Parts: sequence; structure tokens; C-alpha cells
Amino acid sequence: MSTRLKSGGRLIDRSAPLDFTFNGKRLRGCAGDTLASALLANDQMLLGRSFKYHRPRGLVASGAEEPNALVNLGQGARLEPNQRTTTTELFDGLEARSQNHWPSLDFDVGVVNNYAARLLPGGFYYKTFIHPRAAWKHFFEPIIRHSAGLGSAPKDRDADRYEQAYAFCDLLIVGGGVAGLQAALVAGRAGARVWLVEQTAHWGGRAPVDGDVVGGMPAADWVEAAVLELSAMDNVTLRLRCMAAGSYDHGYVLLDEKLADHTPGDGRPRHRLWRMRVGKILAATGAIERPLSFAGNDIPGVMLAGAVRDYAVNWAVSPGDRTVVVTNNDDAYRTAIVLKEAGLEVAAVIDARNIANGPLPERARALGIRVETGRAIARVKGGKRVEAVEICQQAGEGAASTTLSCDAVAMSGGWSPVVHLWSHCGGKLIWDESEAMFRPDATRPPLHADGTAMVLCAGAANGALRQAVADADAQVKIALQALGFEAESEEVPAHDVADESALEPVWIMPQGAGIALRSKMWLDFQNDVKVSDVQLAAREGYESVEHTKRYTTLGMATDQGKLSNINGLAVLADSLNAQIPQVGTTTFRPPYTPVPLGALAGEARGEIFQPLRKTPMHDWHQQNGAYFEPVGHWRRPYCFQRPGETPEQAVHREVKNTREALGLLDASTLGKIIVKGPDAGRFLDMLYTGVMSTLPIGKCRYGLMCNEQGFLSDDGVVARIDADTWLCHTTSGGADRIHAWMEDWLQCEWWDWQVFTANVTEQYAQVAVVGPNARKLLESLGGMDVSKEALPFMHWADGTLGGFACRVYRISFSGELSYEIAVPASQGAAFWALLHKAGAAFGAMPYGTEALHVMRAEKGFIMIGDETDGTIIPQDLGLDWAISKKKPDYLGKRGQERSFLANPDRWKLVGFETLDGSVIEDGAYIPEHGVNANNQRRVQGRVTSTYHSPTLGRGIAMGLLRQGPARMGEVVEFTRMDGGVTPARVVDPVFFDKDGEKQNV
Amino acid sequence: MLILSCPYCGIDAEETELAPGGEAHLKRFGPGSDDDAFEAYMFARKNPKGVHFERWRHAYGCGKWFLAARCTATLEVFGTYPAQSTEPPVEIVEKIKAKRPEWKGFS
Ligand SMILES: [Zn+2]
Repeated sequence: MSTRLKSGGRLIDRSAPLDFTFNGKRLRGCAGDTLASALLANDQMLLGRSFKYHRPRGLVASGAEEPNALVNLGQGARLEPNQRTTTTELFDGLEARSQNHWPSLDFDVGVVNNYAARLLPGGFYYKTFIHPRAAWKHFFEPIIRHSAGLGSAPKDRDADRYEQAYAFCDLLIVGGGVAGLQAALVAGRAGARVWLVEQTAHWGGRAPVDGDVVGGMPAADWVEAAVLELSAMDNVTLRLRCMAAGSYDHGYVLLDEKLADHTPGDGRPRHRLWRMRVGKILAATGAIERPLSFAGNDIPGVMLAGAVRDYAVNWAVSPGDRTVVVTNNDDAYRTAIVLKEAGLEVAAVIDARNIANGPLPERARALGIRVETGRAIARVKGGKRVEAVEICQQAGEGAASTTLSCDAVAMSGGWSPVVHLWSHCGGKLIWDESEAMFRPDATRPPLHADGTAMVLCAGAANGALRQAVADADAQVKIALQALGFEAESEEVPAHDVADESALEPVWIMPQGAGIALRSKMWLDFQNDVKVSDVQLAAREGYESVEHTKRYTTLGMATDQGKLSNINGLAVLADSLNAQIPQVGTTTFRPPYTPVPLGALAGEARGEIFQPLRKTPMHDWHQQNGAYFEPVGHWRRPYCFQRPGETPEQAVHREVKNTREALGLLDASTLGKIIVKGPDAGRFLDMLYTGVMSTLPIGKCRYGLMCNEQGFLSDDGVVARIDADTWLCHTTSGGADRIHAWMEDWLQCEWWDWQVFTANVTEQYAQVAVVGPNARKLLESLGGMDVSKEALPFMHWADGTLGGFACRVYRISFSGELSYEIAVPASQGAAFWALLHKAGAAFGAMPYGTEALHVMRAEKGFIMIGDETDGTIIPQDLGLDWAISKKKPDYLGKRGQERSFLANPDRWKLVGFETLDGSVIEDGAYIPEHGVNANNQRRVQGRVTSTYHSPTLGRGIAMGLLRQGPARMGEVVEFTRMDGGVTPARVVDPVFFDKDGEKQNV
Repeated sequence: MLILSCPYCGIDAEETELAPGGEAHLKRFGPGSDDDAFEAYMFARKNPKGVHFERWRHAYGCGKWFLAARCTATLEVFGTYPAQSTEPPVEIVEKIKAKRPEWKGFS
């Protein structure tokens, strides 16, 4: 069993007990425990189930690389799935639940997947996706969906808060082990702005666990002194519980700092996401131990040797009473020695090498530990817990010679540098034959903007597994020099570690294992990928490591290649008869370990998720029943609901009232761009399809803008203000885009033209006063002459109305007598209120965007985004009258001359009148007989705008139809969602007041 | 998340402040141009792995368009210069040649 030892544990405080629960069971740990160490101390070895086969899973590791022991933490609004027990600090009242099991952890129905393993080989998903389809839908998917998956997604709104912060430094050092600390000391003394971050709650990394001696003192003492010195430096920032998630272009780094994961509910944000720009990154991120591939290596109780050592030394927890150590290197002997010295039994060290006579093996032998060289584990026996191991020759096929009873296996296949931050941004790796690992290739680093290295690696992360301090010292000096700092010449502290003899690469154990053993050798514990799966993928032709990864799911999900990578590559290389460096590695992608979505969102949630644009009249709208709709970043009233009204009823009322009496529209969102200068007229003639330079002062003209392909991009009314000033109205959503478009041409193409532009959209509030009573209202306010004679249709004038300085445009988007009145934004609310107060006598009502849309559709006016979709030229919409034939050039003219746009079969704008008065469905098509080359039903047109017209009392629509204008009177059929059709007659798109008599009064 | 220096306001601007504008130094072909020239202007874009010239706008800063020379593979930036340039400045071309001897030059 696993248990707490009587003494020891450098990180725990036995006098501070903490209560927690696992699957509802009350357990006790102590301060300084991780959830993993506390669970182990309570003999809770079975912690989860694997993804595919639902095999029992226990702890494998002690840190961020843990693949199995993921739990649901907390509940309700604080539920967080997939939390690693190894990186979760224990706190009083912690609640954890195991995941990926059903109905219970001990009895799991999904384990039938295990017995059906032959039905779920590598590439299972892809194979069943393709064939047979019916089997996937009715058989595989329901079962797999029910039984597989990681933790449960939280259903409640996250109760915690998160924050984000920006920071800058010269040198970001990632990893607070002895390498990172030494680098920080050198850089800090040199005066650089330094950040040193460590993902765990403790400084020092592995060195104190492994008994290293640094600078003549125990590593733990040296670490303490180093942290003390760094704390006193103003130019150095130290952060624990801070994980560098990813490195990105030009020195951009994301760091996830766990502020209150271990002190939940204390009022602080749970995480803080640091968004940093750094001069250089020094990755002192250490190394991760590799598992060995032997049959049954996934049974709970089989752990990494370094992790077994961590649990014993840091938390005084023994994973088992009797442990077998299996290795291909000297380092794992440290685990045997630690366990023996803690009074535990070590059944044997199984060493795959024929000779093991370095200082560490000799010391183990001297302690009376049995060392078996040239041997291997043939298979592990046990179900939910290791019971014994069968021993065989490493060189053989797995015939067992001895059985050793044990309840824990500590395995080591060597160590791999953590190169994620190096690789995220394109740093290349080289294969190190002697340590059987990939390490950073210093000649091919990821680059900063200036072309120098953006990331340097130091210590074990750089492949210096045993000379971390000296390597970090050398690397930080390279970084400092590149940053323009001079390092003080101080002696590098000696880093004394035991000599180790060479490891021997062992990719499967034993070497000649047959298929029965290979299909029980796990490469990826989380995703259930075995040696046999990778070999099968290779036989099926998957030669690229990236393809194999996706086909088998090796190293996917939360693992990201931390544990499974090298072993999987080696097996693939062997199957392909290739060398490991030729096969290459998969791409390391951020984040290094998962970052909560809450941290990525930060404070951008709820009301401040996105800044909203509000018109000066917004508060009035809110107080008067506005039913808002988003228009770009604006919120505009869709309609103003009265008590008891549906939005639809409100729209109908607003339309009728506007047509019969008086409607008021907040048109402030309309884009307003001033174009001014000696060449402004010439410029606008290029921008619009029509002629604007000849527009007389005081008059308005409707204009179309196209892109260079000739497709319609925006429209609006242009007013000539004075000799060299025009005001261009754009669509509400188009103002910023069109302003940028103008600037693009002025700055990049016609930079010798003298033109200024200014986007004054938000400087003016604008109100459309619309309806038969519009003039009466304005005249009642007093001020300027708004008579037909003084201010005819398509003219504008400056003046005052009711004491407000304003500019009044006689333009109409509804077909009614209409004035659009602009006042300074600061007076918009007051002016709007005055119009309502004075308008009451004339039947004034506010109307929203939907009534606006209905009225413009009744008049056959097009709407950018409805009648256009980026493939429509003005000629398609019958707008030839707005295109100048005389101008030699305008943006889009050449594009419109392309031959296919002259095709008479193009879909063109017409109106549609349903035969039964119903409303054509949004997005409906007009099909025709036959199918196209892709066996799809042929279509001849589609609806673009469709409404119920309260004015006419029936459905009206505009749409595009092949040769439309030539087919007036014909009846076509529109599709319906229920499978039926809606017959409609092709008519002129102007449904109401065809001669424009109402607007010209 | 590139950082590009705006040649107008002098700010080292982060990508979030910038709007991309595609390939630089295109020549506009308008009415009267033949189909091939217009097609090339409209659609034919270089997509090099290596040295490239691009348009960027300091959209959330001074609002100016500028041009940038950079390596699309390593993201190294060779320099930025005003949009009112018909070809890359000599000093930037020289700098690129020194750093990328295999580069065939601006065309
Ligand atoms: Zn700028």
C-alpha cells in the first residue's frame, strides 16, 4: 500500500492537517501536500480511467507531465475539470471527484472497451467514421460518447474572477530550479530587468530532491540564499505558481499565475494572465523523465522513478511497501537508494544494460539492494494495483525466469529536455545520441524582430542534464551580451552530482517482445495508445510523425508530447527502419499546460466583454421600451415595444404611424465622413460610381461605392457643403471601413492629391423626422424655413430649430416627406426629447430599425448586406442610373468591364409578390428543374429582403432572379423550410408610391 | 503578435494596433488595361517563404499606412518605410542582401 512515512518530507508541515474529500470520501493530508501526495498518503492509488479502454489509472508522475490523475475539482460554479492532482496544492475543504468513469471509479462499465481492445485499434475513429456509417451512428458513437471523454464541463457561470496584466522585461527566465536561479543571479547583478517565474510553489526544482551540492552546500541551502539575494534586487521580479504557457512572435509570452487556486474564496482573482513582451526568454524548464514500454506499464503502482523519489523526499509518501526499480540509466538508482534509506523494501533494480558499475549502482549494491543487469520486465501482474512483475532477459522475447512480488514499480527510460518554449516559435532541435533525447539546436533558434535569438535554453532544458548551473551561467551571459548588458565576472558555483555512466536506449522491453506483450505496452497513458497501435499505423503507411500522431491520438489532449513523445517516435522510427532524427518530432504547441478559459477571458465578460457604441439618445431608448439589436458595435432600437405588444406588432404600428402621421428615427449611427481639399471633388469622382464634383453647393446626391472588382461595397447620400468640402454619409456598419478605404487610396495611391478626410460619425446626433406631419412639427419648433420652396427634396441647409443649431437634409429612405436633422452629439438627447414633446400634437412616435427596413423595402430601396453580398455589381440591382458613363475611371470600373459580368444570365434584382399574400421565408431559394455537375438541385434565384408590409397588408420581397427584369409577371416558386413552396409573381421592386409623390411634397 | 515600428509616429506598435493590407508595391491597372494585367493586379499575389514586402496601417495609432520588409518564415523585420514609396529604400534592400545572400532582390 502507499502510505505516509513516519518521518521526513521537506515540503510538508505535519502540524497543520487539512481535510479534503475524494469521491465523497473524507481524507486528511497536511499543509504542503499536493492533492496527489495526499491521495497517495491515504493509499488512494486508483484515481481515474483511461480515455478509450477505461483501464484503471493511477499516478505516474509528480508534476505537470502527469497524464492520468486528472480530477474534477470543486462543484457548481467552481467546478473545474481536468485538474492535475500533481499540480493542485491541497487546501482545507478541497473536493475532488474522479472523472471518465461510469457508473463508479471502482466498477466501470466502459472497461468492456478494454476487452474489446481488438475492435479499437489505432485509427479507430477514422476507420469507423468512413465505414460503416450506420454502425457509427447507432452503435459506436452512443457508447463512446457516454463512456469516454475527460472531465465534465461546468454548467454554471464561473464564480471566480480573473485578471490580466501587461509586463515588460529584458530577460524572462522560466523555471526556478538551480539553473534558473543561477541565471537570475547573474542577470540581476548585471542590472537587467529580470523576471524569474516558477510553475510550482517552491524554488529549487529537482536539485534538493536529488541531493545535489551547489556552491559547496546542500542544494536547498544554496537555493534559499539565492532567493534571498534575488528578493533584495529591485530589478528582479520573482513569481511562484506562474507558468509560462507559450512563447509567440517577437518576444510575446503568456504566463498563467495561479493566485488563489490554493486559497479559494479569499477574494483575490483566481488566476492572473500576464501578457509580456520580453527582450529574451531563457528557458530553464528542466527535463521530464521518460517511461519505459513494457507490458502492463499502465497498471496503477507503475510510476516514474523520479516521481517516486519526489513523493518520498518532498512529501514523505511511499507509493508502495516493496518497489521494483526498472531502468536503462544510473539516475534511477537514486530512487532505489532513497527508498532503501527511508526503510522501505526495494525488491530489485532491473537494469536493461549488461553492465551497471557507476557510483550510483555501486552505492545501491553496498546498501544491499539486488541489482539485475541485462534484464527486463516481461509483464506487470495486477489489475487495479501492481501485484508482481515477471522478469526476463532484455535481449530475449519475454520468457519469464522469475516473478518478483511488489506493489510499486519505479521506471526510468532517461530524461528529455522540456523544449516547449523553444519550439513554440520555431526553434529547431537536434538528436543527442548519447542521452537519446532531442535538445535545442543553438544554431537554429526562434528569432526576435531584429533577427537575433528570441529564446535560449539553459540547464537540463538545454540538454545539460548534469551540469545545469554551469550551463545556465554560460547561456545567461550570451543572452545578456545580446541585450547589451555586461555580466560581472564571478565564479560559477560548483554543482556536484554523482557521475553517471551512459544510458542505453531501450524503446521496448524486452527487445524481442511479441504482439501479445506489445499490445499491453502503453506509450500514451491518457489517450490509450500502445506500441502495437503505432506499429500498426506504420504498417498502414503512416510515415509522417504528424500524421501518426493524429491517426493514433498519440501525445494529443493535455499531454502535448510531454511523456509519450520520444518513446512513440522511437517505435515509429523502428517500424519504418528509419533513424529517430529522420522521423523528427511533432510540433509543440502552446499552452505548456492548460490555461483556464476564465484566465484567457480575464475581465472581458458580461457587460464589458465588448465595448458597445451607444448614441446620445440611448438612455431615452432604454426608458421607452426599446428592443435593441446589434448593428456592428452599435446597439440600435429594433422597435419600441408598448406594454402587451410583441416586437412584430410594434413594428407594424410604427410603420403605419410613420406613413400616416409622424415617425422619429434615431439615425445617429449613420456614417458621416467629411472630405475636404482642392482635390476632394476629383477624389470623390474616383470613389463613387457617379459624379460628385459637379454636385452644386447646398444639394445632396445618392452615391455608390464599389471595390476594385466592381462589386458594390457601400452606399449613401453625399452633400456638397462648400467649394472644397463634401460630407459623405455611409451605412451604419460601414463608416470605419469606408474611412479606412478612403485613407488607403489617399495615402498609398494618390498621395499627391490634396485631400483631408475626417470621420465625424460620433460628433453628430442625427434624427430622421418622417411622415406627412414632418414639416408641421419642424415649423412648430420655430427657426429656419423648411418649406418646399426654401428646402426642396435632395437639398440641405444650416439653421436653427427650436433653438438648436442644426443642419437639415431633405432626404428620404422611407418614401415619405422626410428631414434628417444633425445636431452636435452633446445636444442630441435634448433635441430628441424636444421633438417628442412637440411632436405629440402631430402623432409622433419613435420607430426602430425594422420599421426603417420595411419602409425602404416597400419603396424598393436596396440595403447593403441584404441585396449585396460582395458578388453583386450595381448593374445587377438596376442601379445603372447611378453609374457615370462619362468618367474615364472610378474604383471598380475596370472590374465591371470583365466579360462574365456582362452575361445576360446574371441574377438581377426584381420584386416578388406572393400569390396568397404570405411572407416568403428568409433566405429562400428559387429552384429549377434538374441538377448541376455536383448533383445538387439547380437554382435560378433567391430572396434578399422579405417582409410583411403593414402598408399593403401582405408579404413583399426583393430578390435576385436569373434574367429577372425580363420576366415580369411570371410566377416562380420559393423554397420553404417545411419542404413546400411559396409561389410568387415577379414584379417591379417598388411596391409603394412608384412616382415618389409622397416624398416630394 | 508582431511588433512593427511605424515610420510616421515612431512607435513600436504591436500587431493589435495594426491592420494588415497585403502585398506592397502593387501597380494599379484601371480601365483600358488588358485582362492579364488586370488579373495580375487583382489576384496574383506573391506568397514567398522568406523576404516579403507588406502594407500595414497603424489603425489604432496615427492611422497612417506604411510598408514593412520582413521574413515570412522567421518573422525577422528588416525595416519599415513610408507608404509613399514605389520601391523599397536602398538601405533596406542592402540590409536584406547582407542577411539573406540567397535573396534574388526586389522585383
Ligand atoms: Zn503611427
